[in-house]
Amino acid sequence: MNAREEVLARLRSALGDGPAEVAVPRAYRRDSSHDPDQLAELFADRLADYRAGVHRTSVDRLAETVAALLSAGGPLAVPPDVPQPWLGAYDGRVLVDGTPAPLGTETLDGVASVLTGCATAIAETGTIVLDGGPAQGRRLLTLIPDHHICVVPVTDIVGTVPEGLERLVPTRPLTFISGPSATSDIELRRVEGVHGPRRLDVVLVR
Amino acid sequence: MNAAHGKGHLYGPARFERAARTELAKPQLRENLRHATHTIRDKRAEVVDELPDWEQLRESGRAIKAQVARRLPELLERFEAAAVRAGATVHWARDAEEACRIVTGLVQETGASEAVKVKSMTTQEIGLNEALEAAGIGAYETDLAELIVQLADDASSHILVPAIHYNREEIRDIFRQRMPGAADTLSDAPEELAEAARTHLRRRFLSARVAVSGANFAVADTGTLVVVESEGNGRMCLTLPDTLISVVGIDKLVPSFADLEVYLQLLPRSSTGERMNPYTSLWTGVTPGDGPQRMHIVLLDNGRSATLADPVGRQALSCIRCSACLNVCPVYERTGGHAYGSVYPGPIGAIISPQLTGVAENTSLPYASSLCGACNDVCPVKIDITDVLVRLRGQAVDSKRGSPSAERVAMRLLSWVMSDPRRYDRALRAARRGTAPLAALLGGRRTIRHLPWPLSAWTSSRDAPLPAAESFREWWQREQAQRGETP
Ligand code: SF4
Repeated sequence: MNAREEVLARLRSALGDGPAEVAVPRAYRRDSSHDPDQLAELFADRLADYRAGVHRTSVDRLAETVAALLSAGGPLAVPPDVPQPWLGAYDGRVLVDGTPAPLGTETLDGVASVLTGCATAIAETGTIVLDGGPAQGRRLLTLIPDHHICVVPVTDIVGTVPEGLERLVPTRPLTFISGPSATSDIELRRVEGVHGPRRLDVVLVR
Repeated sequence: MNAAHGKGHLYGPARFERAARTELAKPQLRENLRHATHTIRDKRAEVVDELPDWEQLRESGRAIKAQVARRLPELLERFEAAAVRAGATVHWARDAEEACRIVTGLVQETGASEAVKVKSMTTQEIGLNEALEAAGIGAYETDLAELIVQLADDASSHILVPAIHYNREEIRDIFRQRMPGAADTLSDAPEELAEAARTHLRRRFLSARVAVSGANFAVADTGTLVVVESEGNGRMCLTLPDTLISVVGIDKLVPSFADLEVYLQLLPRSSTGERMNPYTSLWTGVTPGDGPQRMHIVLLDNGRSATLADPVGRQALSCIRCSACLNVCPVYERTGGHAYGSVYPGPIGAIISPQLTGVAENTSLPYASSLCGACNDVCPVKIDITDVLVRLRGQAVDSKRGSPSAERVAMRLLSWVMSDPRRYDRALRAARRGTAPLAALLGGRRTIRHLPWPLSAWTSSRDAPLPAAESFREWWQREQAQRGETP
């Protein structure tokens, strides 16, 4: 008998006592019952708690807000489909992933910042979710540079984790980000920035 | 087909009572532990209180896992089919040895001589690093705490914060002496130590070709794996190498993607006391042009089927390894993780280790508890750890005697008392008044010195208060006395 069949057979016999069907209650909250303004404030509050930067702006002023966050030294990496208006006020060097070729890890290692959008954001936990969809790019884009700027339209913010998961396609590569990289392994003292980006700036667009 | 027990790093060379005695003699260790467990405990309480529906989440978390246990064979087949459809290759391993052989073979196939590792209890359980090293493959831990432990040639002592037993000066010394490239002038500031680890691992990440991970959850419907972490070392390993090998205990299954909404709330708040951990990665097979292009999943039994066979003990398979039970356990707080000898320490370790190996191999661990019940109260999936402990104590006694005994019958009665929260509470309240906890059940008797059979098996040799089956301290003293030592 191969390992697969043997493990499955062991499990079937282990259940020989015929355990009873269990009803799964779902009495927990799905909805946080906050209005959009409250959600944006809650999200901003949670992010600040993780020591992420929070910047509120409007569609008209988005380009300026982004440019102000970028270091003059650059360069900036972006996914191929990042909306051009986001970069309108930045005059530094921009490396576009995938045109003409994907950026190598060494190149990305020399990049100062990366700019992306997100798939959704969860207010209660201060989480942005990337799924490789529009303006998000490959996973390593937001991983190797030391500074990540993420643009979040306030209409994309939901209240709870169940509401967030509902919006996602399970089979896409998903990354949930709640604040910058951090460790608490030394005497439980939180230190920001180990291997992932040390700085996370979230730009809330109204 | 009988369920079979597992092997691996599930018992130490010394029995718990002896190992604990050594650990108890280290005041610095106790101080580090006390500070750490109390800090996490307080943070946990704070963020748990924030959620008005915490109890409902726990109840759902418990019920989903009970459902999983009941449907495990079917869910595993479903997971396998979905993962294969998404481009992963699925392997099955009966035990630790087989899993190590599979992973070693897979790494060798790539021609790589080293692999980077994401922190994973399952790969520690099976002793994967040692197996890889025996085959000439360097296995590099990339989680900061695991790195500290690996450099120190030590073992983890906590599920979540494996280097909890070291303070900053000790970590600085380990880095200075053992980390290639670390400066002699390295200070003990946590920021500097984290920076040193970052520099040390950066090149390795950028050039790694093979990574090995575990998974916190595996979704049956979609074939999705989930890894929860903080530092980004997980993301590095799950994104950069071309080949990813994930070793997944068959207890990690959840039926649907939506079920993650329960556990992604329960886990971070229970473990690190955060609303959400900094990074959670979910991946399903292979995504062309993004991340590893070869994906292997090793589904591991190693005693889990034997654990499933026990109608009471099977609930331990619900454990999501949050480590909340360690942080509230008075025995863990004093002895630390090494005393347990297993990679799974604390209350959950005291039940899961003997369940995986078979109680006969691990008779002392079910006694590493005072049965105070604090672990039951914090467990996010409501595992009745004390109930399982009492049951295992009964089995441990049997395994020593070779046949069911009067003592076992007494254990059963205790197990009955403890299986109902109200009965148990009543017994505890009685104990607090300084009277016999079982008095109410025994016709109002106020003493346990002369209990009727089968409890006489107990009282003939001791007049211990009963609710703690035998309390941790009493067991300790008895064990010491049996060995002719003074406690
Ligand atoms: S037994 Fe419960 S509290 Fe302990 S680690 Fe497992 S899930 Fe967490």
